[in-house]
Amino acid sequence: MISLTIDDKKIEAPHGATVLEAARLAKIDIPTLCHDPRMKPFGACRLCIVDIAGLPRPVTSCTTPATEGMVVTTSSPRLERLRKTTVELLLSDHPNDCMVCIQAGDCSLQDLAYRYGIRDNRFSGAVRQHKRVDNNPFILRDQDKCVLCGLCVRVCDEVQGVGAIGYANRGFESDICPPFKKDLNCEFCGQCVSVCPTGALTAKMWVGQPRLDGLQPTETTCTYCGCGCNVTLHTHGNKVARVSSRSDNHNRGWLCVKGRFGYDFINSPERLTTPLIRRQKGGALEPAGWDEALDLITSRLQSVKEQYGPDAIGGLASARCTNEENYLFQKLLRAGIGTNNVDHCARY
Amino acid sequence: MAGLATKFGSGAMTNSVEGISRNDVLFVIGSNTTENHPIIGLRMKEAVAGGAQLIVADPRRIPLVKFATLWLRHRPGTDSVLLNAIMNVILAEGLEDKKFIADRTEGYAEFVESLATFTPEFAEGVTGVAADDIRKAARIYAGAGNAGIYYAMGITQHTMGTNNVMAVGNLAMLTGNLGKDAAGVNPLRGQNNVQGACDMGCLPGDYPGYQKVSNPAVQAKFEKAWGKSLSPKPGLTASEMTGAMLSGDLRAMYIFGENPALSDPNMSHSIKAFKALDFLVVQDIFLTETAELADVVLPGASFAEKDGTFTSSERRVQRVRPAIASPGEAKNDLAIIHEVYKRIDPAAAAFDVAAAELFAEAASLWPGIAGMQYDRLEGDGLQWPCPTVDHPGTSYLFQETFPREGGKALFSNVPYVVSDELPDSEYPFLLTTGRELFHYHTGTMTRKSKGLNAAASEPFIEINPADAAVLGISDAELLSVSSRRGSIKVKARVSDIVPAKVVFIPFHYKEAAANMLTSDALDPISKIMEAKVCAVRVEKQAA
Repeated sequence: MISLTIDDKKIEAPHGATVLEAARLAKIDIPTLCHDPRMKPFGACRLCIVDIAGLPRPVTSCTTPATEGMVVTTSSPRLERLRKTTVELLLSDHPNDCMVCIQAGDCSLQDLAYRYGIRDNRFSGAVRQHKRVDNNPFILRDQDKCVLCGLCVRVCDEVQGVGAIGYANRGFESDICPPFKKDLNCEFCGQCVSVCPTGALTAKMWVGQPRLDGLQPTETTCTYCGCGCNVTLHTHGNKVARVSSRSDNHNRGWLCVKGRFGYDFINSPERLTTPLIRRQKGGALEPAGWDEALDLITSRLQSVKEQYGPDAIGGLASARCTNEENYLFQKLLRAGIGTNNVDHCARY
Repeated sequence: MAGLATKFGSGAMTNSVEGISRNDVLFVIGSNTTENHPIIGLRMKEAVAGGAQLIVADPRRIPLVKFATLWLRHRPGTDSVLLNAIMNVILAEGLEDKKFIADRTEGYAEFVESLATFTPEFAEGVTGVAADDIRKAARIYAGAGNAGIYYAMGITQHTMGTNNVMAVGNLAMLTGNLGKDAAGVNPLRGQNNVQGACDMGCLPGDYPGYQKVSNPAVQAKFEKAWGKSLSPKPGLTASEMTGAMLSGDLRAMYIFGENPALSDPNMSHSIKAFKALDFLVVQDIFLTETAELADVVLPGASFAEKDGTFTSSERRVQRVRPAIASPGEAKNDLAIIHEVYKRIDPAAAAFDVAAAELFAEAASLWPGIAGMQYDRLEGDGLQWPCPTVDHPGTSYLFQETFPREGGKALFSNVPYVVSDELPDSEYPFLLTTGRELFHYHTGTMTRKSKGLNAAASEPFIEINPADAAVLGISDAELLSVSSRRGSIKVKARVSDIVPAKVVFIPFHYKEAAANMLTSDALDPISKIMEAKVCAVRVEKQAA
C-alpha cells in the first residue's frame, strides 16, 4: 500500500492504483465521461483533471499513477472552471434535445450540464451533422450525440476482441465508424451500447418504450447458455422493455446478443395462453380449461400405470427451467408415479 | 459427464469462469466458446491478452482460432486419438508431473502402456494434424504452470464421447493440472440450467446430488424423506426412451420445457416414436414441434415470470426472480407440476408449493448444497459444494482429494474407436452440427425474437470452396443434402470455416432441420447420440 493525501484526507491505496482509483476508494467524487474501471485508462474527456503539488498544470487523474506522499487537490475554483469549459465545448456540438432523447435521465453528459448549470453556451456555433446509416437490427446510432470518449471503440477491442469500430478523421471531423465506413463486422453484443455515456448508442428495441427511470428493474439470471450471467429485466407493466447487466456482478455487466437483445420472445403473441387438448386421436388441439386438462392427464397417466406399470411412463425435465421445478418434477415421477424414467436434454 | 464422474468422482466444471484469466495455457477442444458461451469466451480472450497461450482443437475455423497460439484442425471424431498422441509425447519427453501422478492418481502403469501405439505419426494419419503440431501442443500444455481444458458437445456428441472425456481427464491428471485455482477440466454446459437439472436428479440413475437410485442406503434415505417406496431400477435415458416408445414399453410421456422433436438426432425416427405413444403431455411456453404432437399442452411460464434458482456451468446457484405476470391463463411451472402431483397423490402433495421451500427440501437431501438458503443467494449466488451455512462455496474442486473411494483420480485406457458412420462413395461428406451465435438450441425462443431472426434468418450449410468448385456450387445456392435417414433443402454458404470434405449445418432451423440427417448411434456409456459425425450427400437442385 502507498499513502497519499487527497483533498486534505490521508488515503491508503494499493500499488499501481491511479489517482482516480485512489480517490474513488476514498469515496471522493471526480467527474468522468470516458472512464470505465473495466477498461484501460484513456484520458480523453479531461474531466478528471486534478492538481498535484509540484506539478505546474492540472493532470488527468485517470492516467496518473498514485505515488507515495503525493498531495492531490480534486476540486478548486480553477479546476471546476476548466471542467465547466470542457462540458460547454462538448455541448456546443451536441443536439441538446434531452426532452426527446431516449437516454435522458441515464446520461452522463446531461448530469454534467446539470452539475455545472450550463444553459447558455459561450461556444455555440457550427454543429456536426452526421448522416446515419443503420442497416443492423439491434443498435441505434445517433452520432450527433457522440462525445468521442472512445468507450465503444475500446470495449469492442479490449473486452470483446472484435474491433468492429474505430476512429476516423481528426478534430471537428472525428468520427466513430467501421473500417472504411462499411463492412460492419459486429457480433451485436451491445457492450458498446451499455458503456455509451450519452444517447449516441442505444437499442432499436428500446424506441417507443419508457426511458430507463420509468421502468421497473428486477435482478435475475439469464435464460440462455450456461454462463449464468446476471441480468436486470426492466419492465413496464407486463412487458419486458429492456435488459441490462450491472457492472459489479460476476459477468462484469457484459452480455451477448441473445442475453441483451433476445428478450422479445417473452412478450411474443405466439405464447401459449391456455391449455390445449386433442379430444380425439388425429384431431386438432383445442383450447381447454385447466381442470379439464389436468384431470385428463391424471386419468390417462393412472390408467397407463394400472395397465402397464409405472415404468411405462416417462418424463423429460428441462435444462431451461429452475432447480425447484426440476426437483419437483423428478419427485413427481419417482415418488408420485413410481418410475426412474426421468431425464433431460443434457446430451443434446 | 459420465466420463469425468468415473475418473474424479464428480462431473462438473472443476474451476470457475473468473479463474480463466489466470490460466497460463488454455486448451479448448470441441467448444465454439465465443458463439456458444460468449461471456466465458470473453475471459478466454482476456487471458490471451494477458499473455496466456491458447491451443484450439477444432475441425472448424471457429472465431477463437484468431486468438490461438496453435490451432489443431483434426478430423471430426478423432479427438481421443489426438489427445492420446499429445500424452504420448508428454511421456516420451518426460514432461509428466510425477509427484501428482504418484500422490493423487491410480491406474497409471496400465494407462502408460495403453498410450504406446499413439505416436504423433500414427495420430497424424488418423487426425490429419501434423505430428510436429501435436508435439508443439504437448510442450505448450505440459509446460504451463496452470493449464485449463475447456470442452463442450464437440467432443461428447460422439459414439466414443465418454472416451473423449476420459482422455481429456487423463491429460489433466498426467500433468498435475487439477485441484488448483486456475488449472482443471471444464465441461461448458450448453443451457442455463443443465447443471441444475442434473444436480436436481433429473437423470434416470440419480436422485438429487448424484446419489444412485441403485444404492440401497440411498434408496432408504429417499424413501424415508418422501414417505414412499421407491424403485431401485435405473430408468431410461432420453435417448433410450425413443426406442422404448417404438417398442411399446413406454406408453405415456410428460415433457416439460424441452423440444426433443427438433433437438433429437434422427428426427423422423423420434417423431415416429412420439406418435406411437398412447398419451403425450407437453408443458411449454410455445407450441413447439413436440407440443404439436401432444394430446395435452400446458402453458407454462418464461424465466421472466418465475421464482427459483438456476445453476450455471461453474456450479453457481443463482436466483431467478419474477418480473412480470404470465400471459393469459398460463401458469407458473412449479404450480402446474404441483397440480398434477396433487391429483396423482393427494396425500403426498398436500403442501403449499413455494420455490424457497422446495429448494430447502432438496438442500436437506444433498449435502453439496446443504449450506445454501435463498437469503444467502443474493447477488452472485454460491458455488457448490457448500455443505454448511457458514461455508463460502467452492470456486475450484479437488484441492485436497477426489470424491472417489480412496480419494484418488483414476487413469483410464482410451482405445482407438472409429465414428459409427463415416463418409463413403455414396455419402461422401462428413456432416457435423452445432449452434451459431444468434440462435439457441431449437430456436423456440430466439426465432421469435425479431432482431435475432433478422441477424440470422435462414439455415445454411457450410461447404469448403474446393468442394463447392468440384460440385459447381455457388454461394447461396439451394442444395439438397441427404443422409441414410432423411433429406433437407438448404442454402450453401461457401466458406473455409470448414475443411474440405466436411460440411456444417446449425440445428436451430425447423425448415431445414439438421437432425433429419444426423445419426442416433449412441455412446454405450453415456447414451449420448452421435450428432457431430454422420455421412451425407450434397447435391445441386435440378434447375
